[in-house]
Amino acid sequence: MSEVKQITGAGVPLFLDDIDTDRIIPARFLRCVSFDGLGEHAFEDDRKQDTNHPFDDERFANGKVLVSGRNFGCGSSREHAPQSLMRWGIQAVIAESFAEIFFGNCTGLGIPAVCADREELKKLAAAIEAQPDLEVTVDLEALQVRYGDTAISCTTTEEARSALVSGQWDFLGQLLAEQPAIRSTAASLPYLSNFA
Amino acid sequence: MTQNLFNKVYDQHVVGQLASGQDQIFVGRHLIHEVTSPQAFEMLRERGLKVMFPERTLATVDHIIPTDDQARPFVDLLAEQMMSAIEVNCAEFGVELLKLDDQRQGIVHVVGPEQGLTQPGITLVCGDSHTSTHGAFGNISLGIGTSQVAQVLATQTLAMKRLEVRRIEVNGTLASGVFAKDVALHIIRVLGVEGGVGYAYEYAGTVFDAMDMEERMTVCNMSIEGGARCGYVNPDETTVEYLRGRPLSPQGEEFERAAEWWLSLASGPDAEFDDVIKIDAADIEPTVTWGINPAQSVGVSKAIPAVSEFPEHEQVGVQEALEFMDIQAEAPIAGLKIDVAFIGSCTNSRISDLREAAAVAKGNQVADGVRALIVPGSQLVRQQAESEGLDKVFTEAGFEWRSAGCSMCLAMNPDKLQGREISASSSNRNFKGRQGSPTGRTLLMSPAMVAAAAVNGCVTDVRNMLG
Ligand code: SF4
Repeated sequence: MSEVKQITGAGVPLFLDDIDTDRIIPARFLRCVSFDGLGEHAFEDDRKQDTNHPFDDERFANGKVLVSGRNFGCGSSREHAPQSLMRWGIQAVIAESFAEIFFGNCTGLGIPAVCADREELKKLAAAIEAQPDLEVTVDLEALQVRYGDTAISCTTTEEARSALVSGQWDFLGQLLAEQPAIRSTAASLPYLSNFA
Repeated sequence: MTQNLFNKVYDQHVVGQLASGQDQIFVGRHLIHEVTSPQAFEMLRERGLKVMFPERTLATVDHIIPTDDQARPFVDLLAEQMMSAIEVNCAEFGVELLKLDDQRQGIVHVVGPEQGLTQPGITLVCGDSHTSTHGAFGNISLGIGTSQVAQVLATQTLAMKRLEVRRIEVNGTLASGVFAKDVALHIIRVLGVEGGVGYAYEYAGTVFDAMDMEERMTVCNMSIEGGARCGYVNPDETTVEYLRGRPLSPQGEEFERAAEWWLSLASGPDAEFDDVIKIDAADIEPTVTWGINPAQSVGVSKAIPAVSEFPEHEQVGVQEALEFMDIQAEAPIAGLKIDVAFIGSCTNSRISDLREAAAVAKGNQVADGVRALIVPGSQLVRQQAESEGLDKVFTEAGFEWRSAGCSMCLAMNPDKLQGREISASSSNRNFKGRQGSPTGRTLLMSPAMVAAAAVNGCVTDVRNMLG
């Protein structure tokens, strides 16, 4: 797995609160057995109803860093949501806060999800609006978001940060390595030993 | 100070610590369904991995299942493809699958408890956010993403971080016409849709003590709507008696040993919590959502709040919600016209929910122009309802009586809202587009309230109908 220390690219401003995963990828697109092809459907219903949606705005077509508000990714556990954002081209998300399952899904895909102050996010979103090719950097080592002459601090969980910067964000291999410990934990559980 | 249930159960399941600092947690039970599992099995195939403890996983089909014509192949070929995928995957990897011809089939969060698979003291995961439902039995039950489903299949473990525990005490007695759903919606309104992030919710107090298991499941189910990944009620005699004699419960003497262990896990009177919230049952009314998230709700006797009543940072969202819903602030919620009535979903599709709805529907007629659907949570619930004659009550009143599945809760099957239709729904999410039409609208409420809305054609205070 590759180390994810910094993501730099143009931004996409979507400064709204409580964006749920049904909005990110409507349920009808979950009728699939592979995540391929989800990118083009990101925010499909919102885009149809809002002709100014940033995901349809040519100016943000190359965006890599999504900027949003509070409680981003709430609702369903569908990994299809970060998968569709990733396949659309998003490589990092900055928001005021995240729903937990969505946050974990992002980390497991190597997508940094970092939190920043609401007022700072508003300024960042406005700066991207004003200059769509503005480079935005999410720096997980310095825990900073930088654009133009501005650097703001950001937070994420230490576990997610450490997994991403060390390139150990795909947990499967690490979990698999512990087979003996897994078996001994299983053996110690009352419900796996007839409650003896 | 002693440990609360969450921490007792968590500690027992720690396998070790990962380099990132997360804990590796053993998963006692794993439930899968057709939507979030196909990619996980594909990941195993790509890496040449097997399922480590196939007997700890149970699969069911629910999300895409048509609830009327279930003949194979399904009319929707994408649904048929998903159905075949789970059949092939379960056969290849040795996982038991409850197919449509198995009377145990149903919504994953109805099936687990019904079979006695969901027990106190376990860890249980599923690629589905409403896995919190199973916490009603006093355990740690969490929703996970598809990559984690693959990890659990391959290792029976997942990486996680210990949650903080907030005890939510609801004391007093619920008034007649006030149901578990109202308790859940009330808690979410008080604490907000994000209030639970980072927490497991322990639900306690005399209201929960008095609830049966199905009511506890309704409240735990909606923990995730308040941002909490899991919620639980401490095991007690109600829990033990519910589990006695279920197919997957321990049997005979083993059951007695199990019961003793289960009861020992409950948080004691001096247990430690990271936060405690107290709510008075007398403040809870039949509750209805008016917006696009489950915290945007109001007591049925009240008016929708004015935008100015919300904190400034919420006002944009409230305005967006009112516009989408095409609802006036400060207007009463009662009397709001509906087009569709849906009783179902893992929140409210169990036998007690159907009985409560039937009590309201009995002798009445669904209002002209309203399409009303009853979708039992499992085939066993459907059979039980039929043996009690509830299906007749519903069909005589003009409701459609369907087969088990998720149906219009998320509308991945043919049951969908059309255009701007507005639905009174016993499900759990009123997100934009949730019920299948991108511009469709949802009002969440208890099953009895949905039945009342169906027969009156508009939001109605069910307390006026219960006499
Ligand atoms: S009933 Fe609704 S919330 Fe429950 S599992 Fe099915 S789709 Fe999800």
